[in-house]
Parts: sequence; structure tokens; C-alpha cells
Amino acid sequence: MTKFLNLCASGLALGAALTLPAQAEMMKQLGKPEGALSIVAWPGYIERGETDPAYDWVTKFEQTSGCKIEVKTAGTSDEMVSLMNQGGFDLVTASGDASLRLIAGGKVQPVNTDLIPDWKRVDDRLKDAPWHTVKGTHYGVPFMWGPNVLMYNTDVFKTAPDSWDIVFNEQNLPDGKSNAGRVQAYDGPIYIADAAIYLKAHKPELGIENPYELNETQYAAALDLLKGQRKLVSRYWHDAMVQVDDFKNEGVVASSSWPFQVNLLKADGAHVASVVPKEGASGWADTLMLHAQAKHPTCAYMFMEHSLNSNLQSDLSVWFGAVPSVPSACTDKSGMQTAEGCDANGLKDFEKIWFWRTPTSSCEAGGCVPYHRWVSDFIAVMGG
Amino acid sequence: MTSPAIFAPRSGVLARAADWAIRHPRMFVFLMVLPIVLWLGIVYIGALIALLMQSFFSIDEFSGVVQHEFTLKTYAELLRPSNFAIIARTVAMAAAVTLASAVLAFPMAYFAARYARGKWKALFYIGVMLPLWSSYLVKVYAWKLVLAKEGILTWIFAQLHLSWLLDAVLAIPVVGGNSLSVSYLGTFIVFVYIWLPYMIIPVQAALERVPAPLLEAASDLGATPKQSFRMVLLPLALPGIVAGSIFTFSLTLGDYIIPQIVGSGRLFIGQAVYTQQGTAGNIPLAAAFTVVPIVIMGVYLWGARKMGAFDAL
Repeated sequence: MTKFLNLCASGLALGAALTLPAQAEMMKQLGKPEGALSIVAWPGYIERGETDPAYDWVTKFEQTSGCKIEVKTAGTSDEMVSLMNQGGFDLVTASGDASLRLIAGGKVQPVNTDLIPDWKRVDDRLKDAPWHTVKGTHYGVPFMWGPNVLMYNTDVFKTAPDSWDIVFNEQNLPDGKSNAGRVQAYDGPIYIADAAIYLKAHKPELGIENPYELNETQYAAALDLLKGQRKLVSRYWHDAMVQVDDFKNEGVVASSSWPFQVNLLKADGAHVASVVPKEGASGWADTLMLHAQAKHPTCAYMFMEHSLNSNLQSDLSVWFGAVPSVPSACTDKSGMQTAEGCDANGLKDFEKIWFWRTPTSSCEAGGCVPYHRWVSDFIAVMGG
Repeated sequence: MTSPAIFAPRSGVLARAADWAIRHPRMFVFLMVLPIVLWLGIVYIGALIALLMQSFFSIDEFSGVVQHEFTLKTYAELLRPSNFAIIARTVAMAAAVTLASAVLAFPMAYFAARYARGKWKALFYIGVMLPLWSSYLVKVYAWKLVLAKEGILTWIFAQLHLSWLLDAVLAIPVVGGNSLSVSYLGTFIVFVYIWLPYMIIPVQAALERVPAPLLEAASDLGATPKQSFRMVLLPLALPGIVAGSIFTFSLTLGDYIIPQIVGSGRLFIGQAVYTQQGTAGNIPLAAAFTVVPIVIMGVYLWGARKMGAFDAL
């Protein structure tokens, strides 16, 4: 049996070695548009006005470039990685917990920023971000980003809470009642980083530098904090719509959340607001990346340019409750976004955001706790 | 030489093929069955075996890379308190849901089999099947609204001045919680609602087959209604109940949507598999978790077969 399994294993390894792609060359110049483009994207990222006629950033691109866009939506980062591994796609809107895996796996190719005239418009703080730039080589164009904000009920909190303390430690809220059963936390192991961000500010003796690179002591402290939080949390949120409903019908008054839910609830007349507390917050940043064996590279480059120089950044940031990677999109009236809208979605808080990254054991300090342990331990916390 | 044919061979490929098939009935059957065997063997069993093999690998604690060497370490991990709690929780829920479904389904099925006639019978079938026609997700989300803290059920209890009753139920440790929609009780209610039709139909089929004269004979011989239920009706309907329980039990074991929408955030087996095979990349542990319901159902089906459940399907 062992022998048989080993045989299978070496077969797998051999297969992997054979399919390992040669490092793709960076494009030097654009060719003729290929007439088609296939994109793996988050739901709602590539809109052609079919959901709501006001939100359309595809039709015009298709008309001017002649590239017919085909979208494959993916619900999780893992699905994106797996689709890109299968191949047959040109672009992907990868989040920080997928982008480095794609680069390490050789599934995406370096992007020649000289071929994207409007690269200069990208937020300077994102141009060399570590989730798409490896050893000075760019592997993509920043697409959208957003913070994981603290959403709160304005009837309970007359003034904005300034700390994550209200969701981590038992206490009486301003309305005099305990927070037990009235706060929520995100249902994902990456939430351990949120606890680490809180501890970084409140327990400096732990010496947390980066919430995604935790050593054993720091990690244990974060887990302890979350175990205490378990007693306060009735339900962890996973689905944005479920959280919206919990704020409306379940008596939840404070939780980590996305601007998306905040905007949705506000539009519905609910009394909520959001804040990035003084400790800072975690966040997500998506990058448009080009497949190593893309069949339509010219169209892909044209779309990357389009993503920076059109109504896309502006309208998408309204649609999704995100922040444009092109700061001028907030004010240049290229779409519906306004300076206030960008601020509401988190533009001013960039410095306070720790963007999602997959924790690995090979961190700078060395000996960090890898992600698969985050998973099993967070399961234990939730089951506690 | 084979015996000479009475007629000369017909011309045409199709005709020849037909003649050949008639002369070789065994080969013909073999060819007919081949695609099904290939489908079952390669696509179904093959995929399952590929998955099961993964469970004998392990993940390297340090780098998080899957090591393709035979080990039982991953199965040992299932016995960790947090993982074992997931299994125990899921099995307990499946057992409770099955029991409640059986208790609820029996009187409904009995009424339909014994008393409903004509259009009432049609109405019964529509009533049982109707929930199956609408989307599963819609039903679960609807239940979330019904069970919410500020939802319909709480309102009804308040109108009836029975809020104290609801509060008392929610105060029960373990199964209770902040509101019905974030407690085990809520998960249980939704599970029972969703899987109930799968119990009613086989029980009804089994009850239809119990001859009415048997019950009359029982009472003629002096059995009380209770006795004839216990000694005649129940044993004869049992295969149907067991058949229904196969559905409710296995469906609850594998479901990962309901506990995510209505529940306390504590994981069930399906959710654990979903989380482990994701970014965690811990396919071996996900595969080991998958083996648990397979083993449980294997034992269960073996027992069900002994009770004659497959005759009632």
C-alpha cells in the first residue's frame, strides 16, 4: 500500500514538474487586438449595465478596442487560484491572499508598465505594493482596495467608537447594556490578524510588527483574545447579506464589516455608520493580473489601461463600496464617485490599513505560524 | 466452421451489427453495460478513491506543503478535541433531526395513507412536494427572517404574551442562545423543515402497503389501539421509517449551508471540509473529514438493510 501510494505521489510530482511553466517573458510591445478577452473576477467587478444600466464599464471598451469580454466570476480566492491553474483565462482580479500564490506558482507574467500609459495615475502607495511586486518586478495593475471597517449602530453609539475594544472585550455599551450577543466577528481564519492588530496597539510587550507574521507567543495571545470574544459573539458573519440582515433583525450593533454592507444598510435607512478605529484595521487590495499563457495579451493590456483611464475606477468604487486605485477618479467626474464617497469608503485611512496576505512560515523574522494552523485554530475558537 | 445460416447475411453496416448482436447476446449485454460501469468506476468511484487516498497523506506542520507519504497522522488529527467536537456535533444533530422527522412524518403519512382520498390525496402530495420545488437557499433565508431576534416568531410570541416562554427556551444551555436564529435550536428547526418531505414519502409508501384488515383483525382479537400500533403497524412501517431516515440522516451529515446561515457559528462536518480544502490547502484533513460521514453512513446502511429498508424505497 505504501509503495503504491508513493508511486502515485511520484507520478503526481512528475506531472507537476512537466506542467511547470517556463517563466513567461514580459511583453515588449503591443500587437493587434485579438478580438476577445477572458477575465476571472469577483462578482460585481465587471459590469456591463445588465444588473443596473447606470453601472457599465465594459460596453465602451468593447466598442473601442474590439475585444469581446467574457467574465468568469469566482466566489473565493481559492477558486480564483484554481481557475488560473486550469488556464484558458487572460486576466484575474486577485486579492492579496491569492496574488503571491499565483506569482509563486508561475501562473502570472510580469507586466510591462511602459505599455500602460496611465500607470502614472495609480496611487503612489500602491505602485510597489508587496502583494503584486516581487523583487522590483510588477505582476499586475492595482484594481480596487477597501478597509474592513468597524460598523456600528448610531442609536447606540452617539459618538463614533474609537477602538475595536467594543467587539473584543465584554463591557457595557453607551446604552447601558452589555455587548454580549450584540457584536459580530468575521468568519474566516484571517480574522486572527484583526485580533493581532488590536494587540499590537494594546500589548506592545508582545512586539507584534506585522499582524500576518506572528510568532508562537503573539499567535497564542491573539487566540486568547478571540476565545474571550467567542462568549460575546452569537454568530460569525460570512455572507455580506446575512450580516446586513443581522444588523436589521438580530439586534447586532457593532462588528467588523465592509463599506459594501455599510452603504447597503444606509441606503435602506438603517442607523449605521462606520469608522477605522485608532488601532488600524485589516483590508483587502485586488490586483489585475495577466496569465502567463494568456491568449489575448494585447486585449489584456488594453483592458489594464482601460481600468485606469475610464469611468471604471469611479463607478466601480461606488458600486462595490471600494476605493479606487487611481485617486483622481474620486474627483475627476469620470464616473459617479465623489471625494466624500471615497472618504466614506476608506481613502483617508490608507496608512492605518494592514492589507490581507496569506501567512506563511517563511517570514522575515522566521518561524511564523503558517496559515493552515490559523485555519484549524480558528475552527477551535469558533467551536469554543 | 459455424453452422450455416438459413438466410444469407444481410448487407449494410447497421443490419450486420444487428445480426451480430442477436447472435452474441452476452457481448451485446456487455456493450450495453460498459458505459455505465465506466461511469460508475472511473468518474464516481475513481474520484472518490482519489479523494480517499489524499486522507492518508499529511500536511507538513512547518511549510504547509502536502507530503505524499502514507501516514495515519491526519486521522489522528480528527481526534483533536476541536475536530472531534465537530464530528460529535454533526452526528448528534443528524440523529436529532432524523428522530424529529420520523415523529412528525408518521401521523401525516398515516393520514394520507389511510384517510385521504381523491383530491385530498392530491393536495397532500402537492403540500409535501411544494417546498421541494422552490430554491433551497430561499427557504433557508426565509427561515432566518422568521427566527430572527426581531423576526416574526418573536413578534407572535410577544403578541400572545408568551415572550417569557421563548426566553425560557433560549435560556437552556447549549441548545439555546441569543435568539432562535443563532442557536442550535434554530438550526434544528430549519433542518427538520427542509428534510421532512424525504421522510414523509417513504413512510407513506410503507403505510400504504399495510393491509387494513390486519389492523381490524388485531382489534377483533382484543388488542387496544396502542397495542395494535406497537405490535402491528409500527413493525410493518419500520422499513419505511428507516428508508426515510437514510435521507434525513445523510443529508444532515453533509449539509454546510444551513448551519452557516442559521446557527451559532460552530462548524459542522461539511463546513469543516469546505474550510480545510480552501486557502488552508489542508486537503488531507478535508479528505479525512469526508471519510467520517462515509463510514457512518456505511454502518447505518448496513443496519438499515438488515431492517429491510431497501424493500420500502
